[in-house]
Amino acid sequence: MASAIKPGESYGFFTDTSICIGCKACEVACKEWNQLEGNDPKFLADSFDNTGQLDDQNWRHVKFIDNVPDQSVDAGNGKAWLMMSDVCKHCKHASCMDVCPTGAIIRTEFNSVFIQQDACNGCRNCIAACPYSVIAINPKTGTAHKCTLCYDRLQDGLQPACAKACPTQSIQFGPLAELQQAADVRLAALHSQGVTQAELYGRDDKVYGGLNAFFLLMDKPEAYGLPNADNAGLPSRNDLGGYIAALITAVLGTIAGIVAFRRRGTS
Amino acid sequence: MYLAAEHFVRAPQWTWYILGYFFFAGLSGGSYALATLLRLVGDARDEAAARIGFYASFLTLLVCPVLLTADLGVWTRFWHMLVNVTPGDPGLNFTYGSPMSVGAWVLFVFGLFAAVSALEAFVLDRRGRSTSSAGPARPLGGVLGRGFNIAGGILALFFASYTGVLLSVSNQPIWSDTWMLGGLFLASGLSGSAALIALLTRYRADAVFSLGRLNEADGYFSILELVLLVAFFITIVAAGTASLTLPWFPLWVLALVGIASPLVAARGHMRIRPAGGSAVIARAGTDTLVVSVLVLLGVLALRAAVIFSAQ
Repeated sequence: MASAIKPGESYGFFTDTSICIGCKACEVACKEWNQLEGNDPKFLADSFDNTGQLDDQNWRHVKFIDNVPDQSVDAGNGKAWLMMSDVCKHCKHASCMDVCPTGAIIRTEFNSVFIQQDACNGCRNCIAACPYSVIAINPKTGTAHKCTLCYDRLQDGLQPACAKACPTQSIQFGPLAELQQAADVRLAALHSQGVTQAELYGRDDKVYGGLNAFFLLMDKPEAYGLPNADNAGLPSRNDLGGYIAALITAVLGTIAGIVAFRRRGTS
Repeated sequence: MYLAAEHFVRAPQWTWYILGYFFFAGLSGGSYALATLLRLVGDARDEAAARIGFYASFLTLLVCPVLLTADLGVWTRFWHMLVNVTPGDPGLNFTYGSPMSVGAWVLFVFGLFAAVSALEAFVLDRRGRSTSSAGPARPLGGVLGRGFNIAGGILALFFASYTGVLLSVSNQPIWSDTWMLGGLFLASGLSGSAALIALLTRYRADAVFSLGRLNEADGYFSILELVLLVAFFITIVAAGTASLTLPWFPLWVLALVGIASPLVAARGHMRIRPAGGSAVIARAGTDTLVVSVLVLLGVLALRAAVIFSAQ
C-alpha cells in the first residue's frame, strides 16, 4: 500500500486464500501489536490448527480446511488444504452494530467497525448477531472484543499488523476501491489459468452489503464456514415479522381476556 | 425462503440469569395486562383479583433489572443501555432496530406504571374501602385512571413479548429461524400470569370470585400458545434446525404439560360457583394449586427449552 492513510476513506483487507501458506504470522503479529495474551495452548488434533476459532484473544485465525481426497489423483489435478486467514469482515451492513443497545459499536473514520471498550457493558447481543462468530467476551474485562482493523495504527498512518507481517501478501490492506480492483485482476488471472472454482466473497454487495475485509476463496463459502449469499441474513430481517406476530397475539390475547372477564353478573 | 437456515455463529451464552429474566418479564407483563382487563371489563367483584395482578406484576418486575444487570459482563455499566457514553455523542440511547435497546426503555417506563399501579392497589387496600373500581375513592379513578391502566397494559403486553423478538433478531439457529417467539412468549406469559393470579387468590378470600374467569382465560391463552408452538415448530422444521431441540425433549414435554393443564381444568370441574358450597371450593383450591404450579413450570420450561436449544 503506497498511498497515505486518510480519514474519510474506506479501508479494508483483501485476503487471497490461494496464496496463503498457513504460516500464522498474521496471528502472531496481531497478538503482538494488540497485546493479546492468547488462550492457553491446546492440541486440537485437527490439522495444523490449534487456534480453533476467532475469539477475544484471536482476532486473526488461520483456518486449515481438509480438502484432500482420500484416493490418489492424477499429477497436477490434485487438491490440497484450503487455508484462510479469517478476521472480522467489517461489514457494510454490520449485524453487531444493528443490535448493539449501548452504541458501543461504531463505524470509524476509516469505515471499519470498532467496539468502544469503555462503552461496552458486555450484554453479548453482538455475539448473538454476528454471523461470522467473530466477537467474544473477554472474561477479564467483561466486554466484547474483536479485530479493530488496527485502529490505533491507522490513526498513525500505519497499516494493520497482520497485513504488514504476511510474507506472501495473502493479506493485502489498502483503500477498498484499490483492493477491489486488485481482486478483480487476480480472479481473472486465476480463471484464465483454469482455476474456475475461485470466487470472490464479499467483493460485491450480495453479502451484508459488501465486506471491507473480503476474500478470494478456492471453494464455496460454506466450505470455509462462511454463510453464502442466500444465508447472509441480517438480524433485522426478523424485527418486523417478530413484532407483528407478537401484536397479533396481543390482540387475540386481549380479546380472550375480554371474553373471559366480561361483566355478566354472577358467573 | 425468507429465513436463514445455515448458521456459523457463536452462542451468546445467555443462560440462567436470562432465563430468569424472561420468566419474570412474562409474568410481570402478563399480570399487569390481566389486572387491567379484570378492572376495566370485569365485574366490580373482580377488583380484588385485579389488585393481586398489580401486586404480582410489580413484585415480579423488581427481580427483572437485578437479573439483567447480573448477566452483564460489566454490571456497573447497566446504565449504558439508556445513556450514550460515546465521546462527542452524548445523549440517550435508543436504537429502534435493537429489541434489547427498546426493551430496556420499556422495562424502565413500564416499571413506573407497575409501581404506581401496585402503590394504588396498596393504598386502596389500606383504606379498607369497597373493592369497587368505581367512585372517587380511587387515587387513579375515572378516565385518567382507565387511560393510565390501558397505557400500562399496552406496555405490559410489549414487555411480556419483546424477549421473544429479541431472540429472533439475531443470527442464532432456531431463534432467528422463526417469527413466532414474541407471540409464543406473550401467550405463555399470559397463561402463566392467569395461573399465578389464580394461585394467589388462595390468600385473598374476596378474590375467589374471579377464579373461574381466570381459569377460563387461561384455557384461551393455552389454546393460543399451543397454536403458536405448532407454528414455531413448523418454521424451524422448514429451516432445518428442529433437530437442535431434541436434547431438550424433557423440557418441551414439561412445557406441553403446562399448556395442557389449563385446557383440562377449563373443561369445567374447577369452576367456582357461589352456591357450590365449601367442599367444592376446597377441591377447586387444590386443583388450582396443582394446575397453577404446572402452568408456571411450563412457562419456565418453554423459555429454557428455547434458550438452551439454540446454544
